[in-house]
This record gives sequence, C-alpha cells and structure tokens, in this order.
Amino acid sequence: MARMTMIEAIRDAMDVMMARDERVVVFGEDVGYFGGVFRCTAGLQQKYGKTRCFDAPISEAGIVGTAIGMASYGLLPCIEIQFADYMYPAYDQIVSEAARLRYRSNGEFTCPMVIRMPTGGGIFGGQTHSQSPEALFTHVSGLKTVVPSNPRDAKGLLIAAIEDPDPVIFLEPKRLYNGPFDGHHDRPVTPWSKHDLSEVPTGHFNLPLGKASIVREGAAVTVLAYGTMVYVAQAAAAETGIDAEIIDLRTLIPLDLETIAASVSKTGRCVVVHEATLTSGFGAELAALVQENCFFHLEAPVARVTGWDTPYPHAQEWDYFPGPARVGRALVETMEA
Amino acid sequence: MQDYGPLTLHVPEPAVRPGGTPDFSNVKIPKAGAVPRPDVDVEPETIRDLAFSIIRVLNRAGEAVGPWAGLLSDEELIEGMRNMMTLRTFDARMLIAQRQGKTSFYMQHLGEEAISCAFRKALSPGDMNFPTYRQAGLLIAGGYSMVDMMCQVYSNSRDPLKGRQLPVMYSSKEHGFFTISGNLATQYVQAVGWAMASAIRNDTKIAAAWIGDGSTAESDFHAALVFASTYKAPVILNIVNNQWAISTFQGIARGGAGTFAARGLGFGIPSLRVDGNDYLAVYAVAKWAAERARRNLGPTLVEYVTYRVGAHSTSDDPSAYRPKTESDAWPLGDPIMRLKNHLILRGAWSEERHKQAEAEILDTVIAAQKEAESYGTLHAGAKPSAREIFDGVYAEMPPHLRRQRQQAGV
Repeated sequence: MARMTMIEAIRDAMDVMMARDERVVVFGEDVGYFGGVFRCTAGLQQKYGKTRCFDAPISEAGIVGTAIGMASYGLLPCIEIQFADYMYPAYDQIVSEAARLRYRSNGEFTCPMVIRMPTGGGIFGGQTHSQSPEALFTHVSGLKTVVPSNPRDAKGLLIAAIEDPDPVIFLEPKRLYNGPFDGHHDRPVTPWSKHDLSEVPTGHFNLPLGKASIVREGAAVTVLAYGTMVYVAQAAAAETGIDAEIIDLRTLIPLDLETIAASVSKTGRCVVVHEATLTSGFGAELAALVQENCFFHLEAPVARVTGWDTPYPHAQEWDYFPGPARVGRALVETMEA
Repeated sequence: MQDYGPLTLHVPEPAVRPGGTPDFSNVKIPKAGAVPRPDVDVEPETIRDLAFSIIRVLNRAGEAVGPWAGLLSDEELIEGMRNMMTLRTFDARMLIAQRQGKTSFYMQHLGEEAISCAFRKALSPGDMNFPTYRQAGLLIAGGYSMVDMMCQVYSNSRDPLKGRQLPVMYSSKEHGFFTISGNLATQYVQAVGWAMASAIRNDTKIAAAWIGDGSTAESDFHAALVFASTYKAPVILNIVNNQWAISTFQGIARGGAGTFAARGLGFGIPSLRVDGNDYLAVYAVAKWAAERARRNLGPTLVEYVTYRVGAHSTSDDPSAYRPKTESDAWPLGDPIMRLKNHLILRGAWSEERHKQAEAEILDTVIAAQKEAESYGTLHAGAKPSAREIFDGVYAEMPPHLRRQRQQAGV
C-alpha cells in the first residue's frame, strides 16, 4: 500500500500496465515530454521511451482514430483527451468506429482501448473545461463508461479498463485529482493524504467493471452518485442528519443494477445526483430503472439533483454546481414526500 | 462613397450538366511514359510536379512505355485482367440480384476495377487495407471466397458478418481487409494508426488507407495526413478520384487546389497522380509506395484518376446530375479493354481467349451465386438468427443486454 493522490494513482496504473505489457501505449496532447497538463503521465516517456508515450498533434479525431487503428493491430492504447469538453471532434470515431468494430466485423477486429478524459467542473474552467458528457457515452452501445471517485478505485478501475477487451471511456473528475471535494468551495481544500481511500495497493491491482460500492450504509433513502458527487452526497447526509445509503456507481455501463435495486427496495426512497445537465442525463436512466425495478417499494418520487440545463458558466460556477445545500434539500423533500 | 462593392459567393459547377455535351478538356492527360520514376528515397520537395501530372504506362496503341513499365510478366497480367473481369461480372450479377429484390443495396466498381485489383498485387500477406465500399477488387484479387462475399451481400444464414452490416461492407482480417464503415473517411486515420502500431512494434507490415475524392473534405482526412507526416507512418494514402461523390462533382471537395494529390505537398508527403484505368501504372505506383513504406521512408499519397461509370449505388440515377454519355467521353478509357489490347499486342492474348475467359468467369460467378443463394437471400430462405442482434456488442454480454435479449424472446 502507498498513499497516492488521484493523479498519482492514475499514473501508477499506466506505469504498472506499461511495465507488464509492451502492447500498452500512451499518447495525447502534451502527454509525452511534459507529462500532461494534469501531470497524469509525468515520467512515463522517460521510463518507457517515446514510442510508448508520446505527444500528439491537436486533433482529437486523429488521436482516437489512430488509437483505433493501433488497437485493431493488437496494441492496447490508453489515450488522453486533454478535457472531456474536447472530445467532440472525435465523437464519430468513438461512436461509429471504436464502439462498433467488434459487432460489425463479427469479432474479427476489436478495439481494446481506453480513452481517459478529465471531466466535471469545480475549477473555474468555464463552459469548455467543465462539462460532464457521460450520457453521450452511456447512450452508445459497445462502450463502457467508468467514473472513479478516489485514488484506490481510479487505479483498480483503470487497470481493469486497460485489460478490458472493449473500448472504455474513463472519465476522471478533475476536481478530485488532488483531494476529495464535497462542494464546500469556501472551505480549505482537503488533501488525499487525509483520506482512507488514498491508500492504494502497489503493483498490479484491478477492480471489476460493473460493481458499485456502498460508501455509506443507511436506511432512510438511497443516493445514487458517482465522481465528485459522491462527496457532495456524503456532506449533504451529514449536514441534514438523514440516514442516507450512498452508492458510488463507479461504472455507469455496465451498471450494477443489483446493488441499486437492493438498496432502494430496502430504503423505499431514491435521490439521483450528477453534475451533468438534467435533461436526458444519466440520472434519467437511473430514475427509470429504479421505478421499473423497485416501483412497489417506493414511498416517494425519485428525485434528481443535477447541473442546470445551461452551458457551464464561469463566474456563477457555484450557482451551477449541485452542491450539498441542493442535495440536502432534495434529501429532506424526499423524506417528507 | 464606398470603396468596395458587395461580396459574392463562389459555388463551383461542373463543366457540363445533363443535356450538355461531355467535356473533359480540363483533365490534362500527359503522354504515357512521360513522367519520370524517381528513386523511392527521393526528397519529396524535388518531385512536387508529380502531384500535378498523371503517371501512365499504357499508351493509346496499347504499348507499355516509359520508366514505370516492365514490372509484370504475361502470366501476371493475364491474372490481373481475369481479376478485373471477375469483379465486373460479380458486380453485374449482384446488381441484377438487387433489382430482383434479393438484397437491399449494392455498389459496383464499373470503370474502377484496375485500382483495387492492381493495388492488391503490391501488398504482402499481413499488410492491412482500410478500404471504402469500392475496393472489393482487393478481395477478389486476393482470392477471398466469392461465395462468402455474396453471402454478405445477401445477409443470409452464411453471412460471415451475421446480417449486421449493409451489403458490400465486407470484413476479412485474413485477407488484409479492414471492416468497412459506412461513415466516410473514418478509416483513413485508422490506417495511419495501424501503420504506426506496426512501426512501434518494429514489425514489417504496412497499411493502406483508402478514400474517395469527395471524402477528402472530411477532417479525418487531414488528421490522417498530419499523423502520417509527423510520425512517418508506413502507410500508403490512396485517394480514388472517380470525379463524382454521388451527385457532387469533385470540384466541390477539391476547391481551388489543382489536384487532390497536391493536398499531400503541404505535409511534406511524396504525392503522385496515376492513371487509375491503367493496370500497369497502378501496380507500378503502388509498388513504389509500398517499397517506401517497407524501407521506413514513410507515407506516400497517391491519387488515382478514374471515372465512376455506374451510379454511386443502387439508390441514385446519374442521368439526373451528369450527361448520360459522359462516361464514353472519359479520356482514360476502360481498364479491362486497355489491358486486353496490351496483352493482345504482346502476343499473350487473343479475342478468342478473351471470349472464352468471359464465359468461364461468368460460369464461375453464377456457380458461386447459386451456392450463396442456397443459403438464403435477404427476404427468402435461411437468415441469421435474431439472437445475433445481441451477440458481439461486447466480448462478454453485460447484464442489460442479457435482459433485453430475454425480453426480445430470442
């Protein structure tokens, strides 16, 4: 075990896999010599050479497109899109190509690759450095979508993603890179070193894709969250004194419906939270699944707390971000319903 | 007083539209044999003119002339011609089958057979093509089973792709034929990535990217050229300029550039134009480009100048957007006729042998078609199981797809 930040854990996962498997290659904008704008690939080029870790031209379609070619050749590309907000030029390559090679070729060509992207707000990134586009991936058949919330999970899930035979979208909540964040932006930052889940197993260690984790057991209401919102939900539960059961979904596709259904059937109430916009967000899918699977256990409507259906604003970041006050209000309302 | 008049928008138009007299006077055709053959390690800067000329080997008399000639034996040329004839016959039969309702859709190669058939000959086992929908000659010339191809076109019970893909979107890893996407240009940059992977692994294999004139306007084309240029990927970047992108003439994608090959010059990529209806020229240029890739000299861009004689697909009628007789006026002729005349001139072929070959090939294709149809057609006979819908989306079926398959009752 070693204490790591989320950045160090992500880097360690790539380091472990690059050492274990020569087919693993890492590239993206500013990823090589400099080690990435968030430092996630720092030192990898020096250690593995510039044909295993290198800088790419500013062309997301080119980065993803070449990675698809590499994966179909037999490499295991683990590429970085500098911000999830930049992935749109590559969307055709992701949706029409990476996600479908296996299906359309009847398994002759496959696409074992990981696309890492920093996601979410909380760093005053404005509308082009703050988006949470996970629903644009969960809507696509053939992709897996992972959102880790702590260093331990980030390493275990990233190694599992690299080892997975299919394309995996790996969304890294950038506000969690250097510490857990509960939405109280006006309080001092907590570093990962003060958090249990920064204890990360050294060497090779993976976690299964498709297994949620119950981060707080409770009896009153189930909160479905992932990424940064896992900490916001915990703060809201503590501040309202409501005995919430908080589930960190960890992977959105495949989804651990069993854990969700068991929890909501027990509590009879459910609040879904995410930072992404409301309409057609992943929360809509979760709410639908909950009512399909737990309708006769429900004692209140399923509530959603999300970002507003607007672009992510700059100056008004904290009016946009679904912080602990909003989540707390939803918890109270759901208990009173 | 205003200094400037109002701005106007320029929208290019083809030289002629339906009802007009076909005119290809704008296609400058150099004499066969006139373009020099540089060494493969030539400085790209010194051969910029090759992006504006047309490399040709067969002249009007049917002779093979100039520095790009002399690479293929009689036997190889006869085989090449038989491949082109097979592809043309295959297309003719499948077009009829589509009209008979045996499948939903088809795309033919009429007039463009030399490009994929001759190119295939320049590759080695293990090399990978990233084709578009009009390079089935890569499969025919590579010896892929015509029955399997037809089963794919019919989406029947023996369809290697289990009925999941539109007709002609073949896939064969063994034959170096990457699964075809219906989305244009995506494969171009993937080919570059595949070639980069081969170089990363210190392998010896090379890749070939394929695109049409119209799709060069896609940003993936430019991404491919950037990556190929930056990493000197062992890839051949092929552009098939058949003059028409469905109903849109090539000037809409080309804009003010002289040629499509010229697109490569800004990237420092050696860029050649070749007579796409000349089997010998296509082979010679493909071989040159492949040699560069194998010697780690990096990418080569090749524009094949040709003409799409048929419709884009079974879903359009070319007489609605170009003169009916335009293909007759195409100055580079028909690839099969030209190779046939050359072989006769060489004394390696005759009219009788040609007729005999046509009959043999037709018999072979009809026999393959009979067999394929015994496994079903799109709307009749055996077809892939509805269970196949859910298989192969992922290596392992996730729970939500298992639930949906159960719901579908298959």
